[in-house]
Amino acid sequence: MSNSYIFRYAAIMVILVAVILSSAAMILKPLQDKNIAISKMRGILEACNLQPTAEDAVPMYETYIAREVVIDPRGEEISIYDMKSKQFITGNTRAFDVNLKIQLKRKAAGEDYILPLYMYINQNDTLLVIPVQGRGLWGPIYGNIALKTDRNTIGGARFFHDKETPGLGAEIDQHWFSDQFKGKQIFDENGKFISVRPIKGGVGKLPENQRIHGVDAISGGTITSNGLGNMIEDVMGIYVVYLTK
Amino acid sequence: MSKQQKERESLFSPRYRKLIRNPLSIENPITVQVLGICSALAVTTKLKPAFVMALSVTVVVALANVVISLLRNGIPPRIRIIVQLTVVAALVILVDQVLKAFVYDVSKQLSVFVGLIITNCILMGRLEAFAMANKPWPAFLDGIGNGLGYSWILIALGFFRELFGNGTLWGYRIIPQSFYEAGYSNNGLLILPPAALILVGTIIWIQRSRNRSLIEEY
Repeated sequence: MSNSYIFRYAAIMVILVAVILSSAAMILKPLQDKNIAISKMRGILEACNLQPTAEDAVPMYETYIAREVVIDPRGEEISIYDMKSKQFITGNTRAFDVNLKIQLKRKAAGEDYILPLYMYINQNDTLLVIPVQGRGLWGPIYGNIALKTDRNTIGGARFFHDKETPGLGAEIDQHWFSDQFKGKQIFDENGKFISVRPIKGGVGKLPENQRIHGVDAISGGTITSNGLGNMIEDVMGIYVVYLTK
Repeated sequence: MSKQQKERESLFSPRYRKLIRNPLSIENPITVQVLGICSALAVTTKLKPAFVMALSVTVVVALANVVISLLRNGIPPRIRIIVQLTVVAALVILVDQVLKAFVYDVSKQLSVFVGLIITNCILMGRLEAFAMANKPWPAFLDGIGNGLGYSWILIALGFFRELFGNGTLWGYRIIPQSFYEAGYSNNGLLILPPAALILVGTIIWIQRSRNRSLIEEY
């Protein structure tokens, strides 16, 4: 076989594969985006201790998330979206459309940034849902933490990961892990921000009065556990100015 | 007409049946060909990812075998590995895109392992050893056979590692809480990679002690 045949073969193959893959990506994009939005809604609702399925996530979200709030670095509410009337009370940015990862990067670069918040209201339960985003061992970890009306006690939390080790770090997305956060507090009795972090060897290792700020870490998943602790401390730390207002 | 019937009969002729049966035992990709060990270690800490990985590899290896078999007479020998790799990578990306669009939850489970499918030695091994020299139908059967041979090992590993390493199966608790209270504890070694090697070694040992023809001569 001549060299020119090889070149022609390779060129045609590459172009063909490129066409197939990019058209598949384009055709499937709307479906994928919908799935990503649904999974984001499910994450927020699950932090409020609901169990939405892929089908009822959208109606549940629209029922229980009463308001989406966007705050600026000084903790001012610059945009409030009311879910019932589907209108903005102030501003024009929906918290749901804010990409936290990009905003955290802007903050790290010293630029202006905004932060999203979700207000969950059910008959006798009001929660403030704060999204968090950080790094595990192999890749990003993220989740949502719901605070009770005292803006201190955690009412629910859920965490997710993209590629943590199954059976080890990947356990952060299990309910046994996230359920430990319920009832924990992010401020101490003097109102100082402490955060809540996974403790290697178990929360029992902490002195009695510190246990409200710790949960059991995952054995074999130390780096993911530490990453999760840092994520909560770093991101919640930015929200402190709003929470203490 | 009669010729067509003859061809249809031959679809599952003894020779073709062997293509499916042999990789399950005496030509098993993991225990005999010793291909795809790397992913067997990485994805078998739990049953569910092991199952999803097994299914995806079976689909991809069968399809890639067919595509390469169809192209086999046109592929320039000097760039055949690149062609094979391109086909495999394209198929894996396509499978991933489809999963993301239609079964998002499964794709979340799988996303870690997509890269591992592309580099899975079983794929390249079967493409190079079988699909390049055989017609599409036997190549398809060979792909399915090797996929299944890989699958049962992965699922067996996932079963033992999750049951004894975590006390669960498919995420459900199997070993009751009372056992733990009585002093039983999970074997932490089983969820670490070396355990997979020990288990694969055990399977190889059992297999060879039952079938002495597999033992290499020195």
